[in-house]
Amino acid sequence: MSQTATMSGAPASAPIPEAGPRGPKPKPFFTPKRIIIYTTLVFFSLYFLFPLYIMVVTSMKTMPEIRFGNIFALPSALNFDAWGRAWTSACTGLTCNGLSPGFWNSVKITIPSTIVSIFIAAVNGYALVNWRFKGSEIFFSILIFGSFIPYQVMLYPLVMITREMGIFGTLPAVILIHTIFGMPILTLLFRNYFASLPQELFKAARVDGAGFWRIFFEIMLPMSLPIFVVALILQVTGIWNDFLFGVVFAGTQNLPMTVQLNNIVNSAQGTPEYNVNMAATVLTGLVPLIIYFVSGKLFVRGVAAGAVKG
Amino acid sequence: MADIATQSDQVAGDSSRPGPFRRLFLHNLSAKIAAIPMVATVLIIFVGCTIWTVYYSFTNSRLLPRNDFVGFDQYERLFATSRWNVSITNLLLYGSMSLVLTLTLGFLLAVLMDQKVRFESAFRTIMLYPFALSFIVTGLVWQWIMNPTLGLQGTMRGLGWAGFTFDWISNPRMVLFALLIAGLWQGVGFCMILMLAGLRGVDEEIWKAARVDGIPTWRTYISVVLPMMRGVLVTAVVIIGSGIVRLYDLVVALTNGGPGISSEVPAKYVYDYMFGGGNIGQGLAASTMMLLTVLIIMVPWAYLEFGGKGRRS
Repeated sequence: MSQTATMSGAPASAPIPEAGPRGPKPKPFFTPKRIIIYTTLVFFSLYFLFPLYIMVVTSMKTMPEIRFGNIFALPSALNFDAWGRAWTSACTGLTCNGLSPGFWNSVKITIPSTIVSIFIAAVNGYALVNWRFKGSEIFFSILIFGSFIPYQVMLYPLVMITREMGIFGTLPAVILIHTIFGMPILTLLFRNYFASLPQELFKAARVDGAGFWRIFFEIMLPMSLPIFVVALILQVTGIWNDFLFGVVFAGTQNLPMTVQLNNIVNSAQGTPEYNVNMAATVLTGLVPLIIYFVSGKLFVRGVAAGAVKG
Repeated sequence: MADIATQSDQVAGDSSRPGPFRRLFLHNLSAKIAAIPMVATVLIIFVGCTIWTVYYSFTNSRLLPRNDFVGFDQYERLFATSRWNVSITNLLLYGSMSLVLTLTLGFLLAVLMDQKVRFESAFRTIMLYPFALSFIVTGLVWQWIMNPTLGLQGTMRGLGWAGFTFDWISNPRMVLFALLIAGLWQGVGFCMILMLAGLRGVDEEIWKAARVDGIPTWRTYISVVLPMMRGVLVTAVVIIGSGIVRLYDLVVALTNGGPGISSEVPAKYVYDYMFGGGNIGQGLAASTMMLLTVLIIMVPWAYLEFGGKGRRS
């Protein structure tokens, strides 16, 4: 172990004569190489952190402070006025109700879409692993391939389909769309997970006479909590961040938070209030950020799931 | 497969339930009912809608889809429209820069992170958090930072650096770089995570062998490790590439296509013609071109991945 540590730890200081004392060589911390590594990492970290800092700082300033101060400066006081205005009274060009309706619309869209899409994908994955039927693998391949088709290609026919169904411009339409476009990645996720479970469990249950749904609900579901959490993170952040489907399918009554935010910042009339804009931006980003910081490694697993092909 | 399972099942439990035929039928039924959403999505949405779009892109549909064939007229009009030509040029320029830079920076950062650095998880958290944010949030933050009067440029000038210029979002020549800065900010962390996973998957023995042979580290990374990460690299290219083709929200939030039409992209062209311009045929033709672009990226990948020797990476 210690040997492998030195191996990749300091491959640059290559030819060390191995005659001396044994064990890993104590390395000075500030070798030039280390300094370069940490400087670069810190530099990039600043690039990544800078917008977050600007966003938060700007949202707490007053407009005169913004106009006459500089963009880096800290606000003179912890002032959440702009946050309140962004939430309740910011104008979108049509109405002046702030972001809060958008927030609740996003909640109304995200919760059912997440539940429905994950449930369907879990059943798909289970059927693909344990109840293969003729052509099931072909359907799965097309599903995965289909996830790379640009949404714009399927957008107009979907508008027509939802219109025919009488749900265009309502919540069910958005939920349906999110379920459809979440299906490839989620099905992949569940399929790989169920395939990794021991097959004996399934066989034993079959021998005992349990059917499709009974095995699913009583054996598979209780064992798939970890993958459910990954899928949950993936879907909640994905659906919360969606813009295109919300703007096309939700209808003006149900516009999600991202659309509302964009309207507040980009189509409001009058002098722009940058503090309110940034407060609204922070508020919209808050939900995925909280999920990201709370979930930690699981988020990484979720985003990397798309890269791990089964 | 299923036959064997049902047979053993029949033997095990036919005392408790009615006739085996009925049960066989029912079992298949529930599995098939369960697969209906997937089958329907594949057939109706992914295959059906795509074919519909390609088909109707050859018609003269305006406000509503019409079955009035005009051959390649829509495509001819498409490529005669300056906005479309600007859009594809932008996509090409932005796409190639974004792809190269995302991959290079992602790999570079992953290599740095792989040097047993302290606070690795802190660095990783910092680099990946933008990926959790939406393109709308990303676009709006950078729009504010790049605001010529009150953003970075105004601040630097106010601090006494009179010649400081950072007006990229209002400069037609530079606006793509503004998009690039925001896009990289959002996506590099994800690429880094992928690459890091790839690096961690490389056998330690390779490093030992390279060290014994006295190959310098950078050389080992480029000539040995990188080719070994082919699978991860190809996946990264496909994911980043299809993301670039879809590029829409970021442009809407950051520049809304401006100044003028200088930062228009195909996805926005499609949306505007379908839902704003009342010219569905144009929108469909443009989206078919987007599909073609994705196929150009995807086909070599599918060939490498599935066409070769059925080998997995």
